[in-house]
Amino acid sequence: MSQAKVRRRGVSADEVYKGLLAAAAALVFVIVALIVYEVARGAELSIRTIGWKFLTQTEWDPVADKYGALPYMYGTLVSSLLALIMAVPLGVGSAVFLAEIASRRVGSIVSFVMELLAAIPSIVYGIWGFFVLAPWLRTFIEPWLIAHFGFLPLFRGFPFGIGMLNAGIILAIMIVPTIVSISREVLLATPGTLREASLALGATQAEAIGVALDAARPGILGAIILALGRALGETMAVTMVIGNTNRISLSLLDPGATMSSIIANEFTEATGDLYLSALIQIALVLFAVTIVVNALARALVYFATGGRRDAAGAA
Amino acid sequence: MIRFQRQLATLSLAALALFGAGNAVAGQVNLTGAGATFPYPIYSKWFDMYHEKTGVQINYQSIGSGGGIQQVKAGTVDFGASDAALSNARLKEMPRKVLHFPTVAGAVVLSYNLPSVTQPLQLTPETIVGIYMGKITMWNDKSIAASNPGVELPGAPILPVHRSDGSGTTNIFVTYLSAVSSQWKELVGANTSVSWPVGIGGKGNEGVAGLVRQTPGAIGYVELAYAKQNKFAVAHIRNSSGNFVEPTLASTTAAAEGASAMLAKDVRTPIVNSPAPNAYPISGLTFLLVYQDQKDPVKARALADFIRWSMTDGQEVAESLDYAKLPAPVVKVNEATLMMLTSSGKPVLAAK
Repeated sequence: MSQAKVRRRGVSADEVYKGLLAAAAALVFVIVALIVYEVARGAELSIRTIGWKFLTQTEWDPVADKYGALPYMYGTLVSSLLALIMAVPLGVGSAVFLAEIASRRVGSIVSFVMELLAAIPSIVYGIWGFFVLAPWLRTFIEPWLIAHFGFLPLFRGFPFGIGMLNAGIILAIMIVPTIVSISREVLLATPGTLREASLALGATQAEAIGVALDAARPGILGAIILALGRALGETMAVTMVIGNTNRISLSLLDPGATMSSIIANEFTEATGDLYLSALIQIALVLFAVTIVVNALARALVYFATGGRRDAAGAA
Repeated sequence: MIRFQRQLATLSLAALALFGAGNAVAGQVNLTGAGATFPYPIYSKWFDMYHEKTGVQINYQSIGSGGGIQQVKAGTVDFGASDAALSNARLKEMPRKVLHFPTVAGAVVLSYNLPSVTQPLQLTPETIVGIYMGKITMWNDKSIAASNPGVELPGAPILPVHRSDGSGTTNIFVTYLSAVSSQWKELVGANTSVSWPVGIGGKGNEGVAGLVRQTPGAIGYVELAYAKQNKFAVAHIRNSSGNFVEPTLASTTAAAEGASAMLAKDVRTPIVNSPAPNAYPISGLTFLLVYQDQKDPVKARALADFIRWSMTDGQEVAESLDYAKLPAPVVKVNEATLMMLTSSGKPVLAAK
């Protein structure tokens, strides 16, 4: 009856429903567009005054009103890359174990704990990194690294305990749960027939897992991209452990700073219009870097999988 | 029907009572302010005490000095609060003339981690600048040894720690370094955050303190109140009269007193490196920012009364919260500034 009534007005309930859903989906774009607009508006003064030099200057001096974002871009990219290098083998490895080797009971218990890990606020990771990991790095790990690998520029310097290495480790711990839980789901979704067929053809268990992993590759890469996004934007934990200096140093033992950490550090006390605008421009650059990195990662997924999107591929 | 009418009468009476009460609330003055986090503990104590005494409600958001200045500029608050006085350039950015009222003084102390040194370390301005410039890198440097006779200084590297977040504490510290070293003034300068030549940054007093406590050989600056409450080892600093002075509330007040002649001319003058013989040199004032010409006469009067109260009864409780009180000459400067407050051109307070 009501449907008939609605139809008389020329719109079917289905169309209303579709319209509502489309509006909800469109809202995402509107919000992103508004954010970009607001941030770009706030950064306008800095963009006009500083120009492209903002991306290439290494100096950040609020006294002289000179602002360059390069050390922060470097810090964001290096700390995230470091986190990925540590978290990907660990995360994918545990996902394989949980999905392929461990019993279903163990698998579900461990993944429950993993999800708990993902729910811990980042400030807690930061405090742990500052009060537990930093002294440990300073007294054991970093002196050892300097003694044995000090010939590499990566491990030169003074064992501060806090710095790029600490930030990378904290970020790695924070993104492992994302990689593990998504990769596990993806592996579980690959058809069991793949493994059975490989085993029937005389493959070892490791080789059968290799076949399953290959099928799950797009999904796992998707998990890594999601984790990378979290690492790029993480603020509080990194601010607490990275050491906060705007110097670019090859050494992982040296302190650095990231784009989000400089905003967290200086936004509240930023006096002066250009200073504030430069900080907002950092946000804009972070936005751009995130988009570029995500696009590159997606292109990588595309080429790594030959454009294939199979049942397991959530990417 | 009659019953209904009676009910209606009761109801309207109740409504009238409610309305009356509402009116009383509206007649009560509400002031809003925003800004510095450093004086927040004393301000919230003051606002509580003042509310109990007079019924005037003052709401304060401790969002940081930068945010406070922005809100004053936008006119969204009745007063702002900042740990740094506005520079001439910033004052010009303001839509109307802004008055500064110093409320309490604070000091910035140098805390260090030298387990083998038991007596307080004595530092000269030159060594502090040298350490934060990266020119003095070892604790047994002869310039440190010279001001610490009889102290066995370790041959350990110095790790200078600074605040990573913009803060009034940093501003006082680097204003001091700029005052005692022309080289610092030229190369680094003073602001709520600066481009540090060396060292690592910790977020907040607790971040700096944590790094100093964890790292043998580290030195960092924190607020006096924070160091007192946590019983840190703090350095005695040589002041402009040549005396090594322990940072205390009394020596901080003395710094403001020593600078009072300059403050009478311009209340924004930094009180670092004060000429008084017993002054602790790394001291600073925190300010309320108020438009000289107020729009609402009732609010203006309430604000002026509160500031006057904070200069008398308010100062009495400052030391219980580890803030240094203002010396009498600076209170007098505030009294004079209060007389400049106007509302639509008319003075807010009658001349005494």
